[in-house]
Amino acid sequence: MENEWVYTEKLKEHFMHPKNVLSDDDKTSYDGRGIVGNMKCGDQMLMAIKVDKAKGTIADCKWKTYGCASAIASTSILSEMVKGMKLEDAYKVSPKDVVKQLGGLPEHKIHCSVLGDKALRAAINDYYAKSGMSDKIKTEEARIICQCMNVTDHEIENAVLEGARTYLELQEHTKLGTVCGQCKPEAEKLLAEYIKKHFA
Amino acid sequence: MLTKKFFKHPKKVVKYLPMKQIYLDNNATTPLHPEVKKALTQAFDIFGNPSSMHSFGREARKHVEAARESVAKFIGAHSDEIIFVGSGSEANNTVLSLFSCCSTRCGHPLKCSADIVTSKIEHPCILESSKCVADRGVHVRYLNVDKYGKIDVEELTKMLVSGGIGLVSIMTANNEIGTIQDIQALAKMAHENGALFHTDAVQAVGKMPVDVKDLDVDFLTISAHKIYGPKGIGALYVKKGVPFCPLIRGGHQEKGRRAGTENTLGIIGFGKAVEMRAVEMSEEHQRFLELKTILKKGVENTVPDIKFNGHPVDSLASTLNVSFAGSEGEAILLYLDLEGIAVSTGSACASGSLDPSHVILATGVDAEYAHGSIRFSMGRETKKEDIEYVLAKLPAVIQKIRGMSTAYVRGKHGK
Repeated sequence: MENEWVYTEKLKEHFMHPKNVLSDDDKTSYDGRGIVGNMKCGDQMLMAIKVDKAKGTIADCKWKTYGCASAIASTSILSEMVKGMKLEDAYKVSPKDVVKQLGGLPEHKIHCSVLGDKALRAAINDYYAKSGMSDKIKTEEARIICQCMNVTDHEIENAVLEGARTYLELQEHTKLGTVCGQCKPEAEKLLAEYIKKHFA
Repeated sequence: MLTKKFFKHPKKVVKYLPMKQIYLDNNATTPLHPEVKKALTQAFDIFGNPSSMHSFGREARKHVEAARESVAKFIGAHSDEIIFVGSGSEANNTVLSLFSCCSTRCGHPLKCSADIVTSKIEHPCILESSKCVADRGVHVRYLNVDKYGKIDVEELTKMLVSGGIGLVSIMTANNEIGTIQDIQALAKMAHENGALFHTDAVQAVGKMPVDVKDLDVDFLTISAHKIYGPKGIGALYVKKGVPFCPLIRGGHQEKGRRAGTENTLGIIGFGKAVEMRAVEMSEEHQRFLELKTILKKGVENTVPDIKFNGHPVDSLASTLNVSFAGSEGEAILLYLDLEGIAVSTGSACASGSLDPSHVILATGVDAEYAHGSIRFSMGRETKKEDIEYVLAKLPAVIQKIRGMSTAYVRGKHGK
């Protein structure tokens, strides 16, 4: 068909011919495995890595994804990006880097690309934990912003990725600030920060 | 459109065969009926304003009224009871907003004083305007449905008996899963308890017999582009004597019930579309049932771990909705699209929202099935070969997606 596709050509290529899919018959023992996301949200990603211990790099990277075209393609392209990469550099890969490689994603699809790097970090953490390097694991601890409704900064970030742009939309997504309302200034500050981080 | 490419070389001509294109998304919209196309082409030069008194205006008026007559006749209404509007969504918005109008100008007696009852599986144009209506002070209550998408009649009875309900709005046939409600019985219940009844019949009119007098509804919504007519034109049936308040004001068009110069061309196309439906509808019903059975059996036999959505019997003959475990709907849609097959999905990702289809969720389907729902909706041009082509391509698509999925373990899901 000659009419333009829904997403970029690069995305289409990775969607049509996904690279490095972890096969069910794959008997390799991987050095690290990470799985993030859940069925309920319709997105789940698994990353499995082989580490070149001498060089401290990712020798091989395989994945599985339950998700849409953007999710499949972004995991596929991420697996290509990180092969041969130093672990500490792979640790820093951001959703923005993945989106850039894909040649862009529509705004409402950005959240489909954020699980890949999380799964990758989970896989690296798994490797660190198994090889006695637990000191290298950076935990991404959530901080509670809204005490009444128990809403964390991570949830605010997710709400932004899922489309919240105003305080009211943030409230609709998270129920934050619907009791005492004390957290409003901090929540608004974080809202602006996350919009800048992912969409600027 | 078929894409034919010829690359001419001095010695040889290489012909690239056009890619097969199969359209199974007729609940989203339909192609124009050839007769509608013809009627539209012939009507291009009818430019007069139907409100004008001169010959140009009278010419346009004549066509508008003829079409109104056709639409009215098709649903058993009087032509005075048909208001042409811009879309089914506009018709639905009009009905809901008239119950939250607090203006003293229209003189209808409802004035935010009565509650509205609707269901959890209505089209977003009902559900979203319900939210606005609620913001204006009208209490809106939502009926649950069973696993097939049928309204919980007991719940409706309870609500009606509790009193204070001014309007019940329930769709005739669901756009996603095809489930058909017993509108006649539901309208009777509403009337017995002093409430008016509206039905969004956009997916029903032209696909099954719909007669406003038999159903005894007060408002009924129709759209032209779902039945091989043009886009941007719909109609609202308003029973004679029922209170009304226009959504769009400032003109005497449609007897002051919908301002704005009439969409003459759209209305002419709409009229032709219902005329053609009157001729073709009944005979195609059996054909759709047969095709649906072939599709259903075929999917069942070739793809494990699936679930059909919607009512097994009381459902649109042309609609089949099926969920594939461990496969995300947008991915299925786009792989099928690459094979030339056009369908739609209730997955969250395809809509850009957070949740999968509210209709599928309301039927109580598990999340993993809800994200993997695909709707096949046939139309008058759908052939047996098309269904066979789908059955030839679909199993491999699902297998490919499941092969990459973290959420699929064969046999784990059961049927």
